[in-house]
Amino acid sequence: MYRYTDIDQRMIEARVAQFRDQTRRFLAGELSEEQFRPLRLMNGLYIQRHAPMLRISIPYGLLASRQLRKLAEIARRYDKGYGHFTTRQNIQFNWPRLEDVPDILAELATVQMHAIQTSGNCIRNVTSDHLAGVAADEVEDPRPYCEIIRQWACFHPEFSYLPRKFKIAVSGTEPNDRAAVKIHDIGLYLVRNEAGEVGFKVLVGGGLGRTPILAETVREFLPKADLLSYLEAILRVYNLYGRRDNIFKARIKILVNALGVDRFREQVEDEWSKMDRAALRLDPERIAHFRSFFAPPAHERDAPPLDPALLEADRNFALWYRHNTVAHKVPGYRAVFVSLKGYGRTPGDMTADEMDAVADLADRYSFGELRVTHTQNLLLADVREADLYALFKALDALGLACANIGTLTDMICCPGLDYCALANASSISIAKQIQAKFDELDYLYDLGEIRLNMSGCINACGHHHVGHIGILGVDKKGEEVYQIQVGGASSHDASLGRILGRAVPKAEVADAVGRILEVYLRERRDGERFIDTCRRLGSEPFKQAVYGAVESAA
Amino acid sequence: MSRLIKDRRPVAEDPWHSLGADEPPPEPERAVIVPAERFEAERALWLARPGSLGVRIGPHCGLEPVLDVLDRLALIAIEFPTFRDGRGYSYARLLRERHRFQGELRAVGDVLRDQLFFMARCGFDAFELAPGQDVEAALAAFEDFPYTYQPAADGPATAWAR
Repeated sequence: MYRYTDIDQRMIEARVAQFRDQTRRFLAGELSEEQFRPLRLMNGLYIQRHAPMLRISIPYGLLASRQLRKLAEIARRYDKGYGHFTTRQNIQFNWPRLEDVPDILAELATVQMHAIQTSGNCIRNVTSDHLAGVAADEVEDPRPYCEIIRQWACFHPEFSYLPRKFKIAVSGTEPNDRAAVKIHDIGLYLVRNEAGEVGFKVLVGGGLGRTPILAETVREFLPKADLLSYLEAILRVYNLYGRRDNIFKARIKILVNALGVDRFREQVEDEWSKMDRAALRLDPERIAHFRSFFAPPAHERDAPPLDPALLEADRNFALWYRHNTVAHKVPGYRAVFVSLKGYGRTPGDMTADEMDAVADLADRYSFGELRVTHTQNLLLADVREADLYALFKALDALGLACANIGTLTDMICCPGLDYCALANASSISIAKQIQAKFDELDYLYDLGEIRLNMSGCINACGHHHVGHIGILGVDKKGEEVYQIQVGGASSHDASLGRILGRAVPKAEVADAVGRILEVYLRERRDGERFIDTCRRLGSEPFKQAVYGAVESAA
Repeated sequence: MSRLIKDRRPVAEDPWHSLGADEPPPEPERAVIVPAERFEAERALWLARPGSLGVRIGPHCGLEPVLDVLDRLALIAIEFPTFRDGRGYSYARLLRERHRFQGELRAVGDVLRDQLFFMARCGFDAFELAPGQDVEAALAAFEDFPYTYQPAADGPATAWAR
């Protein structure tokens, strides 16, 4: 992973000093709440329901074991002993005290971590594929470009007071997009052109929230060398022409929609043609420099394959192997999910003790590195097949080996009403209701690949629009009720789900999901995934199953 | 004492007179900053004056009113109606980097200490701080960060120079 230079280290230390002074001035009354607000947000600090919430940046999801241990230490010392991993590969702490935040940031800086631009109307943490560098399907490893973008975006003087937040995602593969690229303000796919050169396909204007829109292609092929100048052209057009009069219409998706993608493209290309591109050009040496940080770890040559007898001997191991590990491009290795979605768990949450234990496992089995996935699990990316059984036993003892990755209960879930000041309804309790109803692994395996996403409000942090099944909590005259939709997807074939009908009461959500699943089990054709059945049938049969034939006809 | 910072130093007295929309023009030799709308309506009049001329640009009007007279202007003031409105940063970079404006580039309006570092990087060299801002204390903001990660009006990224 990227290693900080002295310059990087001094920059985050300068940021800590700056924020310490800003906090001091706020507490002394020299900065108003309105003046302090964007400053604290640009350091990841929200004022939430019970306490401030601090969102710490995990650039494109990469984490060293010593960093995870530091997060554990912070969870114990400044929080209530746990943290919450997010869909943007970051971690949130829900209980720090405002006065402590400068000290927390100083602690983080000792392990090259920070909370820079994890919130606010600026360029946010760049996200990527959790299987970057591991999956055989990628055109190229996206991480060097993520780091290049991270540095360019860091303290960008022109783009720190944008109309609204700005999210960028990069994927090394378009057909197997695992980074939900199309729901980002800018999405980048590494692609190969007809001449065989590698560059970027550039998409703009995706986003969820109250106006969900999938990103549109602005450029089919952008040479690598021009990555930053093109991003700068897009951001400049947005900074100058994005709406600032209405917070709900301020994202770049609204600008792209208002202009139409063709006119938007013209504006970007016009700006780009006038820019001093040379100043931002990435020459091959610079790219090689950043790529050098992401060279594969020292994989053992001719690492032995897994002993198949172990799969025969231990059914739980066999299920875990099948569902929670994935192929690695290096023979004799697998990438291993650490499931944060076991029964009774709050999806994405992890205790300090678990963090310490998993950090040890990363040191022992995966070169001391971990990744946070967009689906709120962790991943050990480089595990020898010969070590899988021992790792399984260790994770199982920690309760982190629930073999449900990619199944219904591997839900994406926001913190909801339990923590978030924006939420209208609880999401964690619904997750637990669903876990309780669907606790039979064999039933989950029979259902196959299903993405269930849940948000506690219209801001859609739980990405409900792009869940195969999406659940949205809403407030109806003081009662928490839930809208259900089907047919969403966030990959290359991204689509927005369709709402089935009126919101259902809190106690009936899992039952409604059950009726949707019954339709699938009845109607599916051989090997057809849930999402494909949805696409073939449309939403009507699901609607009838949830509400009955009479009402849906009305 | 003014609330003006120029070239990272406090300015005791602002040599420029900032003209209101309906205010009568000052004596001909006096350096004056004219609102963009008024400048557009009375261009010939203002360009004929012997005194130094500046134009004040709001975030909505953009750079159009000044682009063809940049060599006649000794100052451009860019207004920040609120510090959260970041359009002025782009205007400043465009003026400095694309249009090579050499005169004084002054940030006016809701100009606060915590935005000075970024404003300076975008090419502003003068800052009329908002009421209540401590000018002496604000000077420290120019030293907030020791390096830069991206090229801007102040030159190439210093963190890249390895």
